[in-house]
Amino acid sequence: MKLLPLKSKFAEIAVRAALPPAAGAEATAPVPLVMDAVHASKGIDLDVTVPSDCVVEAAKILDDAKFMIEAITGIDWLAERQIEVVYDFTHVESGERVAVRARTPRDKPELPTISNIYPGANWHEREAHDFFGIIFIGHPQLIPLLLPEDARFHPLRKDFTT
Amino acid sequence: MSTEAQSVRNETFVLNLGPQHPATHGVLRIKLTMDGEYIMDADPVIGYGHRMHEKMGENRSYAKFLPNAGRMDYVAALFNGHGYVGAVERLAGITVPERAEYIRVITSELNRVASHLLWLGAFLVDLGGFTPLLYCFDDREQILDLLESVTGSRLTFCYYRFGGVCNDIDEDFVPGTRKFITRLRSRMPMYDALVTKNIIFRKRVEGIGLISAETCRKYGATGPVIRGSGVAYDVRKIEPYSVYPKFNFDIPVYSECDCMARYKVRISEIIQSMRIIEQALDSLPTGPVMAEKVPQALKPPKGDCYYNVESARGSFGVRIVSDGTENAYRLKLRSPCFSNMSLFRECSKGMLLPDALALLGSFDLVIPDMDR
Repeated sequence: MKLLPLKSKFAEIAVRAALPPAAGAEATAPVPLVMDAVHASKGIDLDVTVPSDCVVEAAKILDDAKFMIEAITGIDWLAERQIEVVYDFTHVESGERVAVRARTPRDKPELPTISNIYPGANWHEREAHDFFGIIFIGHPQLIPLLLPEDARFHPLRKDFTT
Repeated sequence: MSTEAQSVRNETFVLNLGPQHPATHGVLRIKLTMDGEYIMDADPVIGYGHRMHEKMGENRSYAKFLPNAGRMDYVAALFNGHGYVGAVERLAGITVPERAEYIRVITSELNRVASHLLWLGAFLVDLGGFTPLLYCFDDREQILDLLESVTGSRLTFCYYRFGGVCNDIDEDFVPGTRKFITRLRSRMPMYDALVTKNIIFRKRVEGIGLISAETCRKYGATGPVIRGSGVAYDVRKIEPYSVYPKFNFDIPVYSECDCMARYKVRISEIIQSMRIIEQALDSLPTGPVMAEKVPQALKPPKGDCYYNVESARGSFGVRIVSDGTENAYRLKLRSPCFSNMSLFRECSKGMLLPDALALLGSFDLVIPDMDR
């Protein structure tokens, strides 16, 4: 119901991101994808992959459509040298769920913050920073939340050892 | 104290609430910047109860994580178990026998009533009233006895398995539950007279701790918090799971946005949960309580999925990323308390300290659930 207008907006991001990168820029962005997901088997209704610099734009689209922020999840893909971040959103009236995915290089994981759009993302981003060492650019308070204040380790990275 | 705080222009001081404080119900610290009795800024410092459950989910097999699920939100442990087994079942494509789903609903709803009763007692202790706690614990004790008879434990339940539940209910459980519901129904007018109509209580909660529906959406606050702000968001209705669509029940919604609204939501939910339990007992099907041929070493196919349940505190979500091995590649636990608590900073600005404690109590925080 709420998803149709969203899909075309996400597709716009996808088209723009699919353009060849400017001269000198690295073509590291993942292939943009907007996929329908089956709720019964996936638990979500729309699965969107965007380049890492488009997450703010994606969050704005969802905010305008009155979606609620659910969670932010990091996933360390060690073999691909990338960290994936999944932003989960849900609609409070229709119950539809949208997952926005972005990938960032593992050696220098950086993503823009969406905490100025969704203030609730503040803690979720701090948590992802704790566990994966992702730097959320523009975050107002990127200090350890769940880990001790002097923690310099990221326990959910696959190469973490105690 | 910093020189800035001591300057004449800025007569604020920093007050530490917790990490050990009766009103925080566990190890939660809030750094309060106060101007007299008024809160200028509140910075929650969480993580004292952090145990890295998500890492434990990665380094042990799916079945070995089951006891962990009951140790996050220990007041409503069955919901965490339900969310976790639901996610694994969805990923592995396991179909659960109907009787098992009915038993899950009955035990979960009993757990919801127990959790709300515990909250009611603790919330009133926060506000300075001790008596209701004893009545609440008396009623809650009956539920724990019932749940103990089927699950084998009284608090950190580990009852649900992939494909069903580990024990069938015994012949005493159904009449025992009916008896308990009759008893609790007769006690509700007493709670009403003792608490809801109490003028001291009402002056402490009415119009106090306002949270708008928009704030809930921006922070991801769910459960009684968002339903006390006039939004009928309940995972059981909006994204039905298990056998909830088979039962008639209402989603209590109050739009006053204050602590009283959240109180009323929980009290009405106790009544709705009793309705669900009664219907489930009436129509309880016979049959097995475990799916056949669930392998001991479960290896769900590659991929990821998300599963949500309506816990006593809000939407509890589990995202599992599988790489096809016996261990999850990534296990994300989305706890309701974490999101609910994150709006405290915004909503407590300018409040009187005792009012902020009422707001904190109305969240129904369980610290190990928030810290995971």
